Amino acid sequence: MLLQWWEWEVWGVSLQKCSPDVALLLLFDYDKVELANMNRLFFQPHQAGLSKVEAAEHTLRNINPDVAFETHNYNITTMDNFTHFMDRISHGGLEEGKPVDLVLSCVDNFEARMAINTACNELAQIWMESGVSENAVSGHIQLIIPGETACFACAPPLVVAANIDEKTLKRDGVCAASLPTTMGVVAGLLVQNVLKYLLGFGTVSYYLGYNAMQDFFPSMAMKANPQCDDRHCRRQQDEYKKKEAERPKQEVVQEEEEEVVHEDNEWGIELVSEVSEAELRDASGPVPDLPEGITVAYTIPEKDGGSGETVEETDQSLEELMAQMKKM
Amino acid sequence: MADEATRKAVSEIPLLKTNSGPRDKELWVQRLREEYLSLIKYVENNKAADNDWFRLESNKEGTRWFGKCWYIHELLKYEFDMEFDIPVTYPATAPEVAIPELDGKTAKMYRGGKICLTDHFKPLWARNVPKFGLAHLMALGLGPWLAVEIPDLIAKGIIQHKEQQNS
Repeated sequence: MLLQWWEWEVWGVSLQKCSPDVALLLLFDYDKVELANMNRLFFQPHQAGLSKVEAAEHTLRNINPDVAFETHNYNITTMDNFTHFMDRISHGGLEEGKPVDLVLSCVDNFEARMAINTACNELAQIWMESGVSENAVSGHIQLIIPGETACFACAPPLVVAANIDEKTLKRDGVCAASLPTTMGVVAGLLVQNVLKYLLGFGTVSYYLGYNAMQDFFPSMAMKANPQCDDRHCRRQQDEYKKKEAERPKQEVVQEEEEEVVHEDNEWGIELVSEVSEAELRDASGPVPDLPEGITVAYTIPEKDGGSGETVEETDQSLEELMAQMKKM
Repeated sequence: MADEATRKAVSEIPLLKTNSGPRDKELWVQRLREEYLSLIKYVENNKAADNDWFRLESNKEGTRWFGKCWYIHELLKYEFDMEFDIPVTYPATAPEVAIPELDGKTAKMYRGGKICLTDHFKPLWARNVPKFGLAHLMALGLGPWLAVEIPDLIAKGIIQHKEQQNS
């Protein structure tokens, strides 16, 4: 099992307790333990300064010495590290050379999720993505099967409605917070989903949200987007269609999706808006069919002809352009 | 978006055509050429408007970029080194620009001196993939950040002007 994590660790403790199902954990993280992390009760003050993966390994080993670890303290979004990261996914399984069984993403930023998504699409690696919102009062888990379900790039980032009264926010739309309790709930939901997936009991959720303010848990399944920007996602979709065509017909249980309820002022249109109405129209795109309680962080307009000049055609080579820039 | 001046400056930056990232071999070279063309035009525009505020160059592969940026405050010119890596998912995700020497000096910064952009930036970038490039990152990301943070840091006495840099 490959665990890519930035922020939270309750996950690790739960899973450790659940072995012998988990025999090997690969941990990827880029950060060091700091005092700010102490609200989560996993790291301890004496570990401040250690890399998180190192500290995590020590702590988890004490909980369960029978699990093997492989730790990597690097940023997976750079070219060099990404290649190594992909190699570990595809060859770092329990039996060296085989792929891992599952990748879990517990990161706190869009860029890292996109990088993991890119790797898993390319390698047809099943993974689960998880996250907690910036205001700490909502979170989600998501199962991604390349080609079958939506990948992380198929739609703009999903948002579990937080139902916070906007009037209580000092800066529009922003209320940065960190609640170990929310993280604990989401980590528990994630591990639960992992166990159901690995051990084959219950119903594995494709997407499960958690709205802490109202204790609302919206769930749904999102199909892959045939126009996804990631060509590997599109390729996996073709592979999946071929496989499905070859399978004998089965009774498929359709999930009832609730009607889309119009959102309230999600875009935070203020009285004195920096964005004009025209710009808003231009910036709006289609909103996917989502159940109550889930929406998108923003929309992407349909591809248009494009307003604005593009770069000129030129015969200049890259070296000539680099030299030109240096002389400026 | 941003203010009128920024909007105008951005509208004069040539848009890019090739949707490829650092893992795409030949197509990446094509993208790099477009990045340089766009950056050169943007710097030329800035010079013409008497607002030449940054320089950038890259390693041979175009995966590591570094340079300088300047901010003029009360007739004094402040200079900062900056750098960033091209992430594997570029241009779907924008690079994280870092100003290492300001690391820890402002709340609007992540570890290692990576500048923290406003809520507006990511959706704007996402809507304009792959047309936006590094020049747009400068104009919409770093530029506005400097405009807000530097005067604030100066006012708080956290940064001082180096004697050698007179505008």
